[in-house]
Amino acid sequence: MLSKTTLSALILSTTFLSSLAHADIKIGVVTSSTGPIALVGIPQKNTVALLPETVAGEKITYIPLDDSSDPTATVKAFKKLIDEDHVDAIIGPSGSPNAMGVIQFAAESGTPMLAPVGTAAVVLPMTEQKKWVFKTTQNDDLIAAALVDQMKQSGVKTLGLMGTADPYGENWAKVMKGLTEKAGIKIVASETFQRQDTSLTGQSLKMLMASPDAVLIAAPGSSSVMPETTLKDQGYAGTVYQTHGAALDAFLKLGGKQVEGTILAASLMLVLDEVPDSASKTIASQYVSDYKQRYGENPATFGGNVYDAGLLLANAIPTALKGGQPGTAEFRAALRDALEQTHELAGTQGVYNITPADHSGFDERGRELITVKGGKWALLK
Amino acid sequence: MNFQIAVLLGQDGVTNGAIYALLALSILLVFTVTRILLIPQGEFVTFGALTMAAIQAGKPTALGWLLLALVLIDCALDLRQMWKTGKQAGAMNYGEIKWSAIKIGYTAILLVLLHSLTLADIPMLAQALLTLALVVPFGPILYRLFFQPIASAHSLVLLIVSIALHVAMVGIGLLLFGPEGARTAPFSDSGFHLGPVMLKSQTLWVILVSIALIVMLFIAFERTLYGKALRATAVNRMGARLMGISPVFAGKATFTMATFIGALSGILIAPITTLYFDSGFIISLKGFVGAIIGGLASYPVAAIGAVAVGMVEAFSMFWASNYKEVIVFTLIIPFLLWRSLTSRHVEEEE
Repeated sequence: MLSKTTLSALILSTTFLSSLAHADIKIGVVTSSTGPIALVGIPQKNTVALLPETVAGEKITYIPLDDSSDPTATVKAFKKLIDEDHVDAIIGPSGSPNAMGVIQFAAESGTPMLAPVGTAAVVLPMTEQKKWVFKTTQNDDLIAAALVDQMKQSGVKTLGLMGTADPYGENWAKVMKGLTEKAGIKIVASETFQRQDTSLTGQSLKMLMASPDAVLIAAPGSSSVMPETTLKDQGYAGTVYQTHGAALDAFLKLGGKQVEGTILAASLMLVLDEVPDSASKTIASQYVSDYKQRYGENPATFGGNVYDAGLLLANAIPTALKGGQPGTAEFRAALRDALEQTHELAGTQGVYNITPADHSGFDERGRELITVKGGKWALLK
Repeated sequence: MNFQIAVLLGQDGVTNGAIYALLALSILLVFTVTRILLIPQGEFVTFGALTMAAIQAGKPTALGWLLLALVLIDCALDLRQMWKTGKQAGAMNYGEIKWSAIKIGYTAILLVLLHSLTLADIPMLAQALLTLALVVPFGPILYRLFFQPIASAHSLVLLIVSIALHVAMVGIGLLLFGPEGARTAPFSDSGFHLGPVMLKSQTLWVILVSIALIVMLFIAFERTLYGKALRATAVNRMGARLMGISPVFAGKATFTMATFIGALSGILIAPITTLYFDSGFIISLKGFVGAIIGGLASYPVAAIGAVAVGMVEAFSMFWASNYKEVIVFTLIIPFLLWRSLTSRHVEEEE
């Protein structure tokens, strides 16, 4: 009995000592690698292995957790990372609703959170709590602006919207309403659907009755395919626009001939071979080839968002180390401040210029207009 | 709304309704015979569809290895049982060894086929048969592993195990087939013109196969001895048992049928819709609404109810796409009310 206690005390003290000796930088990664949005979470989880291992001589330990796409589980994962592992920053979660629910916990504990999620609501409007959140994807309105410009140029007067009945589709509907009004395009029909719907005949018939010049489909992942194929089946002849949610190889595979000519705006990762050389292109090519070597397939752009989070941290850590030791509140605060100073940092999705007002920090660089030509992604010319 | 739109929506409603009817019938079948509410029914649909998609993409799906693992566990359990009862009786009954050999041999042949054929090039009928041969054995094996040991438990326990199995199978589906949606090639590309409306041939396939299956089920239950045995079990489990009908046989047979119907439904709808690893639940839930309309007792009413669910779904999708699911699942409330008011309460047999 006695020996058992001594032994456990010994083990405890050694672990304590060792953890004190190497005060590694600890970064939690929360992804949805199972559950309904696993499509987004799996490439993100896979990307953790490609993140920088040492920065400025400090070893970085990543602690990946899965929240099974459940916002409650995300909160648990965040609390565990913050209270038990005392992480210095958290990358994640994968889903927009999941991210909205954990902002307060990140802010209360003063832990910087790098969210690779779609919705701009995590950083806008900027509040005291959202100061701790940084977003590594382009805001929807940045992508939407490119699409609306293209529509205007090609003479689209009326537009139909088909979006998923979730924050992704809703946010797009909101963004498009504002932008199309300014551009003089009228939204004549707006329909919603669920990702798992087995039939979209009703929605697309209604769309056809309104006969808009173009239709925009706002849906994440493979669910963006069926609205378009149903429309084409029923003889819709106008242009179909997609959001960056469709920027996946599975979109081409599932859609086949029926998605030919689709126009979307997305990150340059899809058309690396065609874009002119830039710092982002170099980094994106590096990421794609590393990912391919490790997993044997091309990464979805969602993975790039986590990769960028790693780059942002790696860029900020050297400055933050001057502010305090890893594992302390001072270090986390310094890390947050350093992240906010990010200037002209090239990532896979574009170039980051983060300011206190804009915690996403993208501009037009890295955003490309893409079309489907001959069953492949091609730069729209 | 004009005639053309009504016909298109009606066509859609009948197609989905036919699938819901098949699922409603198999849920009902399993429930009446074994008292298990088969929540994983939807997973059989997605497993069928996604296996078919994997085969068409030329990938030997890992489902075969899962089947092998389960078959081995199954055989080990059976042989252990044989050993125990044999010891007690003083004489061994070696029948189980033969059965185990057949089961393992069958799985081995399937695995060899999966890995030696160029799957993408074989005719579609062969692909469908291979899919069925792969998915259907899961029915009886899952029954053997998870339900047979607790066959006499309270129906609430059975329901909980059923839900657990559903959750596990969704997870396994993600692992085996990945998070992407999948879709298969249609049986034929041709369409038929009915006045101004184009009918897709796949729709006809779904409806014809559904009707054929329902008729076959009817004949099997009315005309064959095994069907009558299952019906007897459904009417009175204890009585059927006293008459020498094995509850194990009844359970395995109904699960086989339910899996067959589920997997076939999956193969039928895979060309007209995108299915995900987790699509099955919502599909089987709509079949379940149909089964509830039939009071979990009447086959024809359940089938009609399921078709009605499909129609309501199609038309509400047109009028109020935001509220489609709400409308469909609200249907269950008036029927539950009506059922609870008209039927008298029967104490559950323990």
